[in-house]
Amino acid sequence: MTANGASALGAVPEEVAFAQEVPRGEPILEVLDLVKHFPLTQGIVFKKQVGAVKAVDGVSFDLMKGETLGIVGESGCGKSTLAKVLMNLEPATGGSVRYKGEEISRLSGAGLKAVRRNIQMVFQDPYTSLNPRMTVGDIIGEPFEIHPEVSPKGDRRKAVQDLLDVVGLNPEYINRYPHQFSGGQRQRIGIARGLALKPEVIICDEPVSALDVSVQAQVINLLEQLQGEFNLSYMFIAHDLSIVRHISDRVGVMYLGRMVEIGSDAEIYDHATHPYTQALLSAVPVPDPTARESRDRIVLTGDVPSPANPPSGCRFRTRCWKAQERCAVEVPLLAAPSWLDGPARHESACHFAAEREVGQSAAEREVGQSAAERENGQNGQGGTGPG
Amino acid sequence: MPDIHDEDSYEPHPKPGVSHLDYAGEQGMAVEQETLVESDVVKREEARSLWGDAWRDLRRRPIFLISAVLILLLVIMAIFPWAFTDADPRKADLVHNYLKRPDWTDFFGAGWFGYDGQGRSIYARVVYGARASITVGICVTAAVTVLGGLAGMIAGYFGGGVDAVISRIIDIFFGIPLLLGALVLLNAFSTRTVWSVVVALGFLGWTQIARVMRGAVLTVKQSDYVVAGRALGAGTGRLMFRHILPNAIAPVIVVATIALGGYIATEATLSFLGIGLQDPTISWGIDISSAQKVIRTAPYVLFFPAAALSVTVLAFIMLGDAVRDALDPKLR
Repeated sequence: MTANGASALGAVPEEVAFAQEVPRGEPILEVLDLVKHFPLTQGIVFKKQVGAVKAVDGVSFDLMKGETLGIVGESGCGKSTLAKVLMNLEPATGGSVRYKGEEISRLSGAGLKAVRRNIQMVFQDPYTSLNPRMTVGDIIGEPFEIHPEVSPKGDRRKAVQDLLDVVGLNPEYINRYPHQFSGGQRQRIGIARGLALKPEVIICDEPVSALDVSVQAQVINLLEQLQGEFNLSYMFIAHDLSIVRHISDRVGVMYLGRMVEIGSDAEIYDHATHPYTQALLSAVPVPDPTARESRDRIVLTGDVPSPANPPSGCRFRTRCWKAQERCAVEVPLLAAPSWLDGPARHESACHFAAEREVGQSAAEREVGQSAAERENGQNGQGGTGPG
Repeated sequence: MPDIHDEDSYEPHPKPGVSHLDYAGEQGMAVEQETLVESDVVKREEARSLWGDAWRDLRRRPIFLISAVLILLLVIMAIFPWAFTDADPRKADLVHNYLKRPDWTDFFGAGWFGYDGQGRSIYARVVYGARASITVGICVTAAVTVLGGLAGMIAGYFGGGVDAVISRIIDIFFGIPLLLGALVLLNAFSTRTVWSVVVALGFLGWTQIARVMRGAVLTVKQSDYVVAGRALGAGTGRLMFRHILPNAIAPVIVVATIALGGYIATEATLSFLGIGLQDPTISWGIDISSAQKVIRTAPYVLFFPAAALSVTVLAFIMLGDAVRDALDPKLR
């Protein structure tokens, strides 16, 4: 990498700091108590702040080198704002983001430009994230024009063609325009652009939710393959729980600007302890009709409260069936509950964190099915199998 | 399919059962779908961009063709007026006074449209008058597009206080009627040439373009590809001129084309009122003004410069309309 060369010469101090190699499994991105409030103002000439939309309100997590961290949550919970703040596209209101130990959330100018080389983004909508007036060669070559040190001028065309090759597109497409490609191909172009600077972290903001299901799998597989090839760390934002489970090593669940639960994919999907996670998982469509009948869905009542005026204490308490007085007073911390053991003991922001039989594995489904049949005993037609 | 490896040497991980057209590497039913898209793309390779589409659309519109031919003719007339007439537009021969009517047999000759009160060839004056009108129209439009475009771009891109200041300035200029403002401004010039009219109209006219540009920039600024550019570390200049400008310029071009006709009409109006161009500059506005004295005895003295002016303004407005229709994908 050029960064190593620069560090040997000691020319660019920012790059020296970022050039150190982080071993696999060590945190590469440390987010601590990150806050993003959008001010609500009144008045036209003399603006005064009357409140704030608390889009991200105290989120902490680590992204390890080489891992994929999935972030899930419903619309408006602050996932995309979190991505924008991490990318420094929106200034953070508070908290810190450390990249390899260096604070990056307050950077600007040359320092920020250096960070941009190492943290890149793949956007949600491949139809709007590519400039329609630029050829594919210009779009993927633009990172090299902005950071000329990455690739010398004469090699750029070759570098662009190599990138097209890496993402599985014909390098001869270099002079085409984005509208001449399908959605999946466009997303590959977007990924190629993100890869151009050889970043270490890629933030994927719902990279497949605008694509057909058949194409989603290809893009996901491409992302996984690239992760192996280039030793990338992904932060993968999505609202499709099954895709997140497929790609992620760890999963964080967000609700109303807060991280409510975070753990390995098995811990979250099979041993969820936060009621909101349990409700989310119970809403995942089940392709098997018999299992669908027997499963125990949690239907949440009410709407998500306004992030401008979130509930006191636990933010989920207004829709939670476990809520008690304590929840309105005391903000639950994101910590491993001491009263739980085994895989259920992972970080969960609930005073009454406990496992529940949802998102069942195959063995558990058998048990659940027979239990459901016992309940539906009078119908007698509840399940198909003898149980 | 072992031959795939030979055909697709650029494909790093060739998958079995994948068509060679299909670089996305889909399988099963998806292969057909992708291949269809692919062949479609190949067929329409060159012809699909906003301007390419607009051009194909325009070529089929009679209104565009008529106005384009007229404008081309007028521009040639403005550059090479001597190619259209041998007569000298400033030669006043009182032998031919305004009572000498148009002579339809004198094709392209001095007496074709008759003579005015000072015995000057009306045809020659119509031909030579094109230069002032076209120069004013094109120069004012160029000036307002650059000025207004820049102001609109800065206001839309930076927003906040900068936007507030520029927008209020635009509002102030909008409050000044164009004609009244031009009257006041042009009075300040002791001798008025084409260029003083250009300066006056340009100074007063940039606000319209600035508003259109500001709106377009505000829309384009939000788009993901601009955010992506910022995420790559692109600077302000690159974002403005490589990402935003090419995507925000279409409405500006439409407004500018339509406004061009308006500026020509305004120049003629100012000249008619005696505050625009002055003799010895040859302008349709001046000729219309001097013709009003003899309108009852020799209406043709008024008719020909007025007709030339109307046709010119109409041609530019029709062109602008056609371009707007062609650039608006909703109408396609």
